[in-house]
Amino acid sequence: MSDRTVAALSRSLAKGEFSSVELTQDYLSRIALHNKGLNAYITVTEELALAQAAQADALRAKGQHGPLTGIPIAHKDIFCIQDVRTTCGSKMLSNFIAPYNATVVERLNAAGTVTLGKTNMDEFAMGSSNETSFYGAVRNPWDSERVPGGSSGGSAAAVAADLCAIATGTDTGGSIRQPAAFCGVTGFKPSYGRISRWGMIAFASSLDQAGPISKSAEDAALMMNAMAGPDPRDSTCVDGAAPDYMATLNDPLKGLRIGVPRQHITKGLGAEVEKALQEALKVFESLGATVKEIDLPNNHLSVSAYYVIAPAEASANLSRFDGVRYGYRCDKPVNLEDMYKRSRSEGFGDEVKRRIMVGTYALSAGYYDAYYLKAQRIRRLIKQDFDAAFKEVDVIIGPTTPHTAFKIGEKSDDPVTMYLEDIYTIGVNLAGLPGISIPAGSTNESGKALPIGIQLVGSDFAEAKVLNIAHQFQLNTDWHKQTAEV
Amino acid sequence: MGWETVIGLEVHVQLATHSKLFSGSSTTFGAAPNTQANVFDLAMPGTLPVLNEQALRMAVKFGLAVDAEIGRRSVFDRKNYFYPDLPKGYQVSQLDFPTVGKGSLEITLEDGSTRVIGITRAHIEEDAGKSLHEDYQGQTGIDLNRAGTPLLEIVSEPELANAKEAVAYLKKLHSIIRYLGISDGNMSQGSMRCDANVSVRKTGSTELGTRAEIKNINSFRFVEKAILHEAQRQIDILEDGGRIVQETRLYDADRDETRSMRSKEVANDYRYFPEPDLLPVVIDEAYIEAVRAELPELPNAKRERFVAQYSLSEYDAGVIASSREMAEFFEEVVTICDDAKLSSNWVTVDLQAVLNKQDLEIEQSPISAKRLGELIARIKDQTISSKIAKTVFEAMLDSSQSADEIIESQGLKQVTDSGAIEKLVDEVIAGNPEQVEQYRAGKEKVFAFFIGQAMKASRGKANPEQLNALLKQKLKA
Repeated sequence: MSDRTVAALSRSLAKGEFSSVELTQDYLSRIALHNKGLNAYITVTEELALAQAAQADALRAKGQHGPLTGIPIAHKDIFCIQDVRTTCGSKMLSNFIAPYNATVVERLNAAGTVTLGKTNMDEFAMGSSNETSFYGAVRNPWDSERVPGGSSGGSAAAVAADLCAIATGTDTGGSIRQPAAFCGVTGFKPSYGRISRWGMIAFASSLDQAGPISKSAEDAALMMNAMAGPDPRDSTCVDGAAPDYMATLNDPLKGLRIGVPRQHITKGLGAEVEKALQEALKVFESLGATVKEIDLPNNHLSVSAYYVIAPAEASANLSRFDGVRYGYRCDKPVNLEDMYKRSRSEGFGDEVKRRIMVGTYALSAGYYDAYYLKAQRIRRLIKQDFDAAFKEVDVIIGPTTPHTAFKIGEKSDDPVTMYLEDIYTIGVNLAGLPGISIPAGSTNESGKALPIGIQLVGSDFAEAKVLNIAHQFQLNTDWHKQTAEV
Repeated sequence: MGWETVIGLEVHVQLATHSKLFSGSSTTFGAAPNTQANVFDLAMPGTLPVLNEQALRMAVKFGLAVDAEIGRRSVFDRKNYFYPDLPKGYQVSQLDFPTVGKGSLEITLEDGSTRVIGITRAHIEEDAGKSLHEDYQGQTGIDLNRAGTPLLEIVSEPELANAKEAVAYLKKLHSIIRYLGISDGNMSQGSMRCDANVSVRKTGSTELGTRAEIKNINSFRFVEKAILHEAQRQIDILEDGGRIVQETRLYDADRDETRSMRSKEVANDYRYFPEPDLLPVVIDEAYIEAVRAELPELPNAKRERFVAQYSLSEYDAGVIASSREMAEFFEEVVTICDDAKLSSNWVTVDLQAVLNKQDLEIEQSPISAKRLGELIARIKDQTISSKIAKTVFEAMLDSSQSADEIIESQGLKQVTDSGAIEKLVDEVIAGNPEQVEQYRAGKEKVFAFFIGQAMKASRGKANPEQLNALLKQKLKA
């Protein structure tokens, strides 16, 4: 089983080369073998997986199957799964058994996927390296000294190391795309509102969006077909049925207008990454696309605006973790205030506390206008920049990250440097647009190959277009087929 | 130079929706603790709010009833503070863009005069749960049944000049929300709660004094008492050369006093910001017109119609129209007996006295509108006199019999047979020759004696007009 894309696995399941139970057992043994080293999973749901696999095999026997029936999946530990521990990477929820299913989980269950477990992540999705997890850092399958990126680092590492066929992630400022780039997999953040947030533990409500992490754009399209669409339980989820993302994957790219942001090609960009980007653009040109330079003049403000808006929303979203109804409660509180203070001081890690403080400050009387309101104005400017660009081009292509995966511990003492790693991805969240990171090259760092990702950004709700372009690239390149040796 | 009081009221009205503001949990009062709290109400991670359209509709209805501007784009905000009965750690409310903007309310004072009081705004927000301290030694119990119940907070301008005006305003609000059917307005169960902002200033001054906010006033009577007390407290302080501290005070009904809860000078910073889990609510003209079409006839319009249609006095019409239930009862009575003046008297005087005595609402009246209408109909068609009607009314209180059944079974039917009355008159004249003598000698006062005697003989059933006429005629002879 060398090709572990959903498309290939589905063919094998259909031919009866193996059953879903056998496939699931194979994945479970791979997890047993490799997860200690990688730390990609926080919880492995073996019983649930085998039960779902048996059910999938039964459905297939009756001919009641779809493209995802019996496919093993891992869910980022930010999605609630009924009766399964859901930690969000935090000590605060180390004892939390979710009483209900997230919409994403419910829909992927209905599509017949087999849940292998919950993947590691930065605590409450706050981080770009997976080092803020209470459950320990995840290691990059390409080089165990390096980070897998974050916050969906566990999901990206699990897909890269083939500890699952596909995985879910969430992306608030790059949390799907950056780890996908670092781990050499495909990571897709749909437009804000395309996938329901019900059951997805909130970090920054106006930015958070779920999406697939997979081995190909085609697999991402298959997952999108299950995940996307309106949900009456999420008011910010758009009405109207989502399109069939498989239907347009093979549209030709002839005449496609590609824009490359001037502001993404700066001296901060690593030479190897820039080279990979240029090579990728040549591939697109060979498919009939044209490339032009475009302007995103306010892009340099995106990180600053994001680090006001996201912490502000987070400071309120995380207030519910107070030790009263569920989650961590400190030992022997002497009174209410003591219970609040110690439960939250002991239950949250440093990065989470840092962002709660930043957000609380930004919303405080006397500072609200200078920080929160100003950041919202910048957000509108950034959105306008994208709108203007999409009048001239069909897709914006650039690097996903300035560099390849950095070493564990390298940036963890310097939050601002860490935040700047998200310079190319954050604006896309602020504007609510769809963006995908796909493998497009490789560097060699001290004898280890490290993947390079490029980012494709589409206009509002142009998910199908973005997936189509990514799929055409993957039909003509092999970067996504490279696998990490674990 | 004296002092004058300035009062503004903030009234929280619990909207009578079936489910909560942002979740599908029931809002029924009095269920076992935490049985009406779902994953959203418990603020489980990952849960999201969905606005209850019914609550929005009710708020718009209220806005239209007080001639307010309706916010075409209202925005929910998070108000952040920690408290165990506030599960999310923030309350969802509306700060800058409320659903209901500036409006006004006409109040009627005891002397019958009216005043128009400005309404600043009315916004939709969710209620908190309840902390139960009594039942747990050294611990606090949390009941989240009420958490997320929709409230409409109605804020008045600081235009109420005394405690009586405040009560009149509150009563008018109460009347309107019940007319609209958007709340039961039950103050003792907390579905209508009042906070009063009270300040005093030298008579004639145009500047507002420092105010105190009095919380926890849960009856009309307490509103009056709390304001009177608070105004006097402030005047005493100022006359002693002191200054008023802006603060929140709690009214203690048992001691009839207010006491300090917390100083606003160290006020919480609620860090309001727009609720990102909800989209702004956009209300268009068509929606507003659809809600307007659902509006019932409101108290003022009803009062004017009663004056015009039934020739009631302004006062009687106002009393009846102040309560939708009373107005409906009255109109049903009129439909049956076809006498508005009699109906008005019986409903506002006789029946109201019974209701007051038994502490009942008119919907719980022991005599239905139909039975009362039938009774009045018998007065009108002269089957019984007004006096006998009181007897029948008393009897009806303790039975479910109709007026006719009681009249029949107790033989109370008025005697209108002129032959029978003539016989009575003859007997009274024959039996009292001395008084006849006196009357005929010009002592007309004795006439009342004959009426009394004749009535007594008829056991009150003789038609008084017929009796009167016949007696006069016979005594002259």
